[in-house]
Amino acid sequence: MSKSPTGKIVMMQGNDACAEGAIWAGCRFFAGYPITPSSEIAEYLVRKLPKIGGTFIQMEDEIAAMGAIIGASLAGAKALTATSGPGFSLKQENLGHAVMAEVPCVVVDVQRGGPSTGTPTLPAQMDMQQARWGSHGDHGVIALSAASAQEMFEQTIRAFNLAETYMTPVILLFDEIVGHMTERMVLPEKGSVEIVNRRHPEKSPDKYFPYEKTENGIPILANFGTGYRYNVTGLCHDDSGFPTNDSKKIEANIIHLTEKIERHRKDIIRWRELYLDGAEVAVFAYGGVARSARRAVKECREAGIKAGLFEPTTIWPFPSEEILDIAGRVKAFVVPELNLGQMAREVELAAKCRAEIHKVNRVDGDPITPKQIVDKIREVV
Amino acid sequence: MFNYLDYVREKNLPHIWCSGCGDGIILKALIRSLKKLGISKDEAVMVSGIGCASRTAGYIDINTLHTTHGRAIAFATGVKLAKPNLHVIVVTGDGDATAIGGNHYIHAARRNIDLTVLLYNNFIYGMTGGQVSPTTPRGKMASTAPFGNLEPSFNIAGLAQAAGASFVALGDVYHVQQLDKLIASALQKKGFSVVEILTPCPTAYGRRNKQATPVDMMNWLKDNVVLKDKLDKMAEDEKAGKIASGVLWDVEKPEFTSEYGKLIARLKTEKQTKE
Ligand SMILES: Cc1ncc(C[n+]2csc(CCOP(=O)(O)OP(=O)(O)O)c2C)c(N)n1
Ligand code: SF4
Repeated sequence: MSKSPTGKIVMMQGNDACAEGAIWAGCRFFAGYPITPSSEIAEYLVRKLPKIGGTFIQMEDEIAAMGAIIGASLAGAKALTATSGPGFSLKQENLGHAVMAEVPCVVVDVQRGGPSTGTPTLPAQMDMQQARWGSHGDHGVIALSAASAQEMFEQTIRAFNLAETYMTPVILLFDEIVGHMTERMVLPEKGSVEIVNRRHPEKSPDKYFPYEKTENGIPILANFGTGYRYNVTGLCHDDSGFPTNDSKKIEANIIHLTEKIERHRKDIIRWRELYLDGAEVAVFAYGGVARSARRAVKECREAGIKAGLFEPTTIWPFPSEEILDIAGRVKAFVVPELNLGQMAREVELAAKCRAEIHKVNRVDGDPITPKQIVDKIREVV
Repeated sequence: MFNYLDYVREKNLPHIWCSGCGDGIILKALIRSLKKLGISKDEAVMVSGIGCASRTAGYIDINTLHTTHGRAIAFATGVKLAKPNLHVIVVTGDGDATAIGGNHYIHAARRNIDLTVLLYNNFIYGMTGGQVSPTTPRGKMASTAPFGNLEPSFNIAGLAQAAGASFVALGDVYHVQQLDKLIASALQKKGFSVVEILTPCPTAYGRRNKQATPVDMMNWLKDNVVLKDKLDKMAEDEKAGKIASGVLWDVEKPEFTSEYGKLIARLKTEKQTKE
């Protein structure tokens, strides 16, 4: 868990904290399309961005917004879009373009219930797997979550940093509970936050290949208009950026898109733990639900029940190694989620039958209460 | 002799277009216009969608972004807004721009954002083998209109004009001198500019529609694409089947990136006066 930051204490809504985090991260371009429960992010940035020389545009739909942030990023701007389930579905094809073309950008999904229009104003966590597999084709994905306004601020900054480090879109999987919660948070002191900026090629234009891997296996894309003329495409391509039909090069291209994330799992995966030492039951919870889970495990411990909490703040890549390790030490996992078990499935895969998996699911638009989790823990113990 | 090669990615040749395809003629016309206007390769960006037309991006030696089907204008909007000093050229096909991408086309026109759109109209989906397009004329054959197309076709230049574009022109690959002028004017225009360019697709369209050879298709353009002024003076019976070419619409109106730039400047002075 990040240390308690020092700085200015403010009251902020989660969505506003996300927007503020984007500005801190250096985001200077936002394109979006209104959708509950994410619209506050757009409404915050439309006021702030032009005052700091940035650009806001409300596009004609989410497909266009996703396209626009890719274009802006290639022109050198750190770029953001924000949406919810239906819009996230629309973005998937262009999200895949950003993956394939290795264009850094950040996509916020403040989740609501689905399928289809579902429950626009009620909390849900139903896009967890869409974030992983929503766009066609094999590729690695980075997705982060948050359980407080403070964390929405911090994770948004981290998302931009990871996007620039690994030249990839990064997805912020928030939920309505946190997005619409106004709470106390600390805006850190200026200059105290680590910001990763785009790398620029050191080679001269005649020796430059946009998709040539650098020492960390990640390419450097020069900003458009800086003298490095190259091609960007969603077709399979080689290091030159031009389409290829060479089977060896196609294979290398596709494997790279998964490997570049997998190889850096240790750097990307983060989580929080509470009372996991000596726990018999481990609760796996994320986002708004993690807040109920914290309370639940505390109550259990007070009642002498050995419960602990694993709270992933990185959702994808999934913390499989960490789960396997815990699975060897506990009797069971309890996985509360505002869906019918999207991440419980991953926990089950990762645990390799070394621990039982018990689900607590809610899809009626109400949050999961600490009591529901406590009851399940008691049942399991 | 005019040198094209300094604007061409020679190592990507030969190109993928069929013999008799008009798309290469448009590429050459664009290169002539860029050079004539002194637009350097580094300050020009081409954003294209998906289709034969959109493959132009692979051959021209400027900054190039080949996107997804129908979405080039949306990507281009981001490029232009993030770096307004760049010349952003969109290359798109009739299906790309007006079927799947129709929404972006009309909204970019409405915003009047400074993009130059070269819309290659070959009346068909070329790349995917000849399916019907929004511009396939009624009665014509396509692989998905084997009994003749039942649907009326789009007037795509008129659509851009009605939606708010500041410059709309129609040219074709037979009348190349005129095409050069139209592309150059579109590049110079500050605002959303469209040049609809009629271009033959002998492979997917001509073959099915009694224009068996590229020469037949060129002759059709020669006979049927007529300068607007000339067409206006023609008798009604002569006009049948003819297509008006030239600059169809050219007006001055506020351009989006400049308006946004003014907003930034205004907010800056307001902040300074407050301080
Ligand atoms: C989302 C999506 N749908 C369909 C396709 C398949 N597709 C590729 S090109 C094309 C049509 C191209 O026709 P047009 O835009 O007229 O360009 P042309 O090839 O004739 O130049 C289609 C349907 C695709 N690539 N992506
Ligand atoms: S299919 Fe038609 S449009 Fe495509 S390259 Fe061949 S002739 Fe040109």
